[in-house]
Amino acid sequence: MILSSTILMTLADLPLGTPTIVRNVVPQNPQDSIAARLKDLGFVAGEPVSLVAFGPFGADPLLVQIGFTRFALRRSEAARVEVENV
Amino acid sequence: MSEMALPRSIALVGNPNCGKTALFNRLTGSRQKVANYAGVTVERKEGVLNLPSGRRVRVLDLPGAYSLNATSPDEAVTRDVCLGRHPDETLPDLLLCVADATNLRLHLRFVLELRRLGRPMILALNMADAARKRGIRIDIAALQTELGFPVVETIAIQRDGAQDLLARLDGQLPAVPPAPEADLDVHAETRRLIAHAVTMPAPTSPRDAAIDRWVLHPVVGVLILIAVMVLMFQAVFSWATPFQDAINAAVGWLTGVVSSLLPEGMLRGLLTDGIIAGVGSVLVFLPQIIILFFFILVLEESGYLPRAAFLLDRLMTSSGLSGRAFIPLLSSFACAIPGIMATRSIPDPRDRLLTILVAPMMTCSARWPVYTLLVSAFVPDRRIGFLGLQGLVMFALVIGGIAGALAVSLISRFLGRKLAEHALLLEIPAWRLPNWRDVLIGLRERAVIFLRRAGTLILALSVLLWVLSTFPTPPADWTRPAIDYSFAGRIGHALAILFSPIGFNWQICVALIPGLAAREAAVAGLASVYAVSAASEDATAAALGQALSTQWSLATAMALLAWYIFAPQCLATIAVVRRESGSLKTTILATLLLAGMAYCASFFAYHITLALS
Repeated sequence: MILSSTILMTLADLPLGTPTIVRNVVPQNPQDSIAARLKDLGFVAGEPVSLVAFGPFGADPLLVQIGFTRFALRRSEAARVEVENV
Repeated sequence: MSEMALPRSIALVGNPNCGKTALFNRLTGSRQKVANYAGVTVERKEGVLNLPSGRRVRVLDLPGAYSLNATSPDEAVTRDVCLGRHPDETLPDLLLCVADATNLRLHLRFVLELRRLGRPMILALNMADAARKRGIRIDIAALQTELGFPVVETIAIQRDGAQDLLARLDGQLPAVPPAPEADLDVHAETRRLIAHAVTMPAPTSPRDAAIDRWVLHPVVGVLILIAVMVLMFQAVFSWATPFQDAINAAVGWLTGVVSSLLPEGMLRGLLTDGIIAGVGSVLVFLPQIIILFFFILVLEESGYLPRAAFLLDRLMTSSGLSGRAFIPLLSSFACAIPGIMATRSIPDPRDRLLTILVAPMMTCSARWPVYTLLVSAFVPDRRIGFLGLQGLVMFALVIGGIAGALAVSLISRFLGRKLAEHALLLEIPAWRLPNWRDVLIGLRERAVIFLRRAGTLILALSVLLWVLSTFPTPPADWTRPAIDYSFAGRIGHALAILFSPIGFNWQICVALIPGLAAREAAVAGLASVYAVSAASEDATAAALGQALSTQWSLATAMALLAWYIFAPQCLATIAVVRRESGSLKTTILATLLLAGMAYCASFFAYHITLALS
């Protein structure tokens, strides 16, 4: 019954509305400009993040709340963001 | 060092959609386009600020950027100017950082990145009114002390919203902020500053969250999107009618007056058949253009466009276009030229090229006169439920262009170089009530552009076409219509050989030529040709519609409509494709592709209609 309080998953696996914090952004290759841009936009360790809405077709893209801003991210982009439960 | 200097050049720099251009307009009295989405400004703009002291300062408005680590051509402009690397710009004396006061977690990070450059800076916390309304409190003095350079509040959309900033700019150049420690983490520092100086009741406004629950809803949101589009096309058709009738009546009256004052002859012919018929037939579409732009401006100002991009991204990516292409493509509904320029905010070169290629297929406002003329002449004014049939046909024509664009991108994906991953990463801004003054200014601008075109380009083309269709005058023993002997008649008959397989008669072929300079001039061309050949007194667009509906088959009308969905017309668009793609090969390819699609679409439209009727 004693579980670790954090379960590792990516932003793309989250259900709507679950509050989590960013743990890491994992580049898919050494020159991953999308991962670099995600960091610039505030996806850095410790930042609270949650999903606000899903797009109508194939539940893609995702509407992500990070800081005071909301971004539309595709699933493939969101999959680079590792998050953990608060 | 520069302690005693006064700034002579200022650059506005900040995140996308923080109101830099609105502030630029406020400072310089310019009227650059503003809207509520990221990437409205894609090139640097220059203006002059007259300070209260009478000093003049050069002000540069830069495209918005999230970081100096640029990922698209527009961000690269900002990076190069800030680093003093831009080939045509010297390093500005002062960086005026603009940040949205409601979005500081994101915007302060970029400000801190800019601070590392070691240049004199001022931070303008814009949209201070929106922040206050949401209960956001910012301790300006504390922020200023922590940052090490001046901070002022601004409300760019208010007349006196930049007073503090002006006073600050009128003084000495602020000292270069003290260099932060080399290993300072800008994210951690941003968090520390916000915890220190900002009280934020909720990360986003509860009002926006409530609206977005419906607007971005997977089912309701899509229905709202469809409803908005249908409403727009219905409105353009039905709201404009009374105004168009009035303009038609005025044109008819003017023709009557000129005819009764002048004797039968060349001058009367030039005035009534050439100028009044040509310009009048285009002028009558002013009300529709105004209504169309009213919708476009309201959608732009409110913040709906990025949300529509969110809803449609999956559909667009499954055909090979980027969701980022949505806004450039939507701008192309006004005119393909700004649409193609807006592609500079697309980071990926392949995505950008494909968007440039398909942007001319969006129904630009210059096509509306042609579509409307033919639709009102050939489609019965019936209602299907509460929707007008004519509006629905217009909608179908617009969808035709979109379908063509999707088909082209699908094919290009098939022929496909392998698909690299293309980022969406699109910021969804706060909802904003349209500023009605901006909407009115935008409408007036569009009306002036339209009228100026009618008074210059269309006028000149109408006169030219009248001359071509009047001279040379036929010999006395000429038995066929006089216009057949004229230059226009001969050119038209020669071109008709090429275009008769798709149902175009020689009059259409003549009208296609001025249509190359401006699409709506094809209407003026038809008006002139038919006015000259019919020698009719009534040269209004309504009369032209009547003439067409009696002289053309339905199949010909459908073929011309289909032609206009794709035709590579308006040389200005082709010139912009050339400039933005930077490749002559691409330009020729795009032109041939559009011409081929237009010819095929017309061919099928013509023969299918013939077979059905």
